[in-house]
Amino acid sequence: MTDAAVEVRGLVKRYPRSPVNAVDAISFGVERGEVFGLLGPNGAGKTTTVGVLTTRVRPTSGSALVGGVDVVRDPVLARSLLAVVPQRSNLDRSLSIRHNLLFHAAYHGVSADERGRRADLLLDQFGLRERAASKPDLISGGQAQRIMIARALMHEPQVLFLDEPTTGLDPAARLFVWDRLRELKNRGVTLLLTTHDMNEAAELADRVAIMDHGKLLAIDTPAALVESLPGAATIELATEPLDGRPVDDVVAALQALPGVEAIERVQAQPQGNGTVPTAEAEGPLRVRLYLTGQAPMLVSPAASALGEHGLGLTDVKLGSPSLEDVFIHLTGRTLR
Amino acid sequence: MSAIAAAPQAQTQAGAFLAVLRRDLYVTWNELPVFLAQVILQPFFLLFVFGKVLGALGYTQNGYADLLFPGLLALTAVLTSMQTLAFPLVVEFGWTKEIEDRLLAPMSTALVAAEKIVFASLRGLVAALIMIPIGILVLGSIPWRWEALPLFVAVLVLATLLGAGFGLALGTLVTPNRINVVFSLVFTPLLFTGCSQYPWPSLSELRWFQIVTACNPMTYASEGLRAAMVPDVPHIQPWICLVVLPVAIVLLTGVGVRGFYRRAVD
Repeated sequence: MTDAAVEVRGLVKRYPRSPVNAVDAISFGVERGEVFGLLGPNGAGKTTTVGVLTTRVRPTSGSALVGGVDVVRDPVLARSLLAVVPQRSNLDRSLSIRHNLLFHAAYHGVSADERGRRADLLLDQFGLRERAASKPDLISGGQAQRIMIARALMHEPQVLFLDEPTTGLDPAARLFVWDRLRELKNRGVTLLLTTHDMNEAAELADRVAIMDHGKLLAIDTPAALVESLPGAATIELATEPLDGRPVDDVVAALQALPGVEAIERVQAQPQGNGTVPTAEAEGPLRVRLYLTGQAPMLVSPAASALGEHGLGLTDVKLGSPSLEDVFIHLTGRTLR
Repeated sequence: MSAIAAAPQAQTQAGAFLAVLRRDLYVTWNELPVFLAQVILQPFFLLFVFGKVLGALGYTQNGYADLLFPGLLALTAVLTSMQTLAFPLVVEFGWTKEIEDRLLAPMSTALVAAEKIVFASLRGLVAALIMIPIGILVLGSIPWRWEALPLFVAVLVLATLLGAGFGLALGTLVTPNRINVVFSLVFTPLLFTGCSQYPWPSLSELRWFQIVTACNPMTYASEGLRAAMVPDVPHIQPWICLVVLPVAIVLLTGVGVRGFYRRAVD
């Protein structure tokens, strides 16, 4: 038994007939009471990782422990310690919302009195009281998400796994879910959530693991990850199509500007292989500059530098570095 | 798993199993009229048309209703169990995903499949038993032999388990987009080659069809019930039925449980 809520060591998952590992030898630990975010684009291996931890995906190799229990060797015991809120509603459509909660607790051996008490409490907390008797057929995504979180809490799990908990929700529903998750954190429930939304990761997570192509690229607190980036501010520039102009010269000219600490080419569309093509001579150039000073001061010099190469600016984005920049820094791609 | 923790875990699993079974019974109870309509209509009309109407018009001989009735009981038991399992399973795995909450209950995946089988068998059994008063109502009387009750019960239970095995195998092998095609390709032949409308030995005139029907395990349920209820009608020996049915059940359930695991765990 270890003290960690979740422990993953050298986890590999390769699906049959797939040439690559969906999860490629990752290791991490989640402390009890911690909110841990797996951040990465779709297809990064986040859902597969959660699938292994929640006993629904058999790992190819490596080990995964939840609450100190090996999920492969003792899935039954592991299931009693964890709960899952999936990406898409899997509510029982034959049961009312209240009975979804009650039967879930019954599956987990909660006594009848206690089931009723907890269901009433959670229905109140999640603003579901009026709808308790209706079937979960005609409800919004936000409500389904609330019901599934309430249901997950019925057996008081040690670790709650949430797969993209607010994807597809409207802003109000998203804030509501975030508030509920913060409450859970305050109550000491360990949360492991996957997301491709850097705001969500920054808002909720104590620590974030950045995942791409089945690998963990970095793992730290959101603040430390952002601090690890070169520079204090960023500026993202897009130009007219290069039309064969020597891209290296353009990049070198920008790099030479005062206050530019680092420069990265950015692809607007994520590419399957995760690498940044260097000789893309035809399309528009998109670069991100990491700056030591103030970003607005650099717009004019950058425009002039580009002008000298006959390139006009088409877009400028100023920003202070965020988790998104960390992802771009690590992979050369945007998150979406 | 240490020996100390193993005992409470067995208890946990039994509790989860019963809770899932209770969920299924609760849902059935809440939609009882739908359930009854679903299971009764088809055998009722078969019984009414073949047993009553054709007899009244003089197209069937006296006594046909008596040999039809055990066949329809077997048909009801097999098809109800099968339908209880197959269709919802395809939908739950492929579309609504609502089985996930049960797969994440603290019980082994095999027990989730076992619960499905037990529940399907119970529904098949209830449906078959409901056919008895309906038979009396439609036909005036049904052949009944108290002394053959053990054989009757044994074959009926095996018939429901056979249906459940079929249902589990179909429900886990078929994908949602092919559900309509597969079910019509399976149901109709099963319905008409299971000897529910004719006794098997009488097919000796139609040798090829006799061989076809011998390959349908439902035949042994129909014939087994005939042996119990109308022993004067030539039928397959009950011991053969009591051997073939369990073998078919083990095979189908084995295929079904494997399919279930494949759908439940990636």
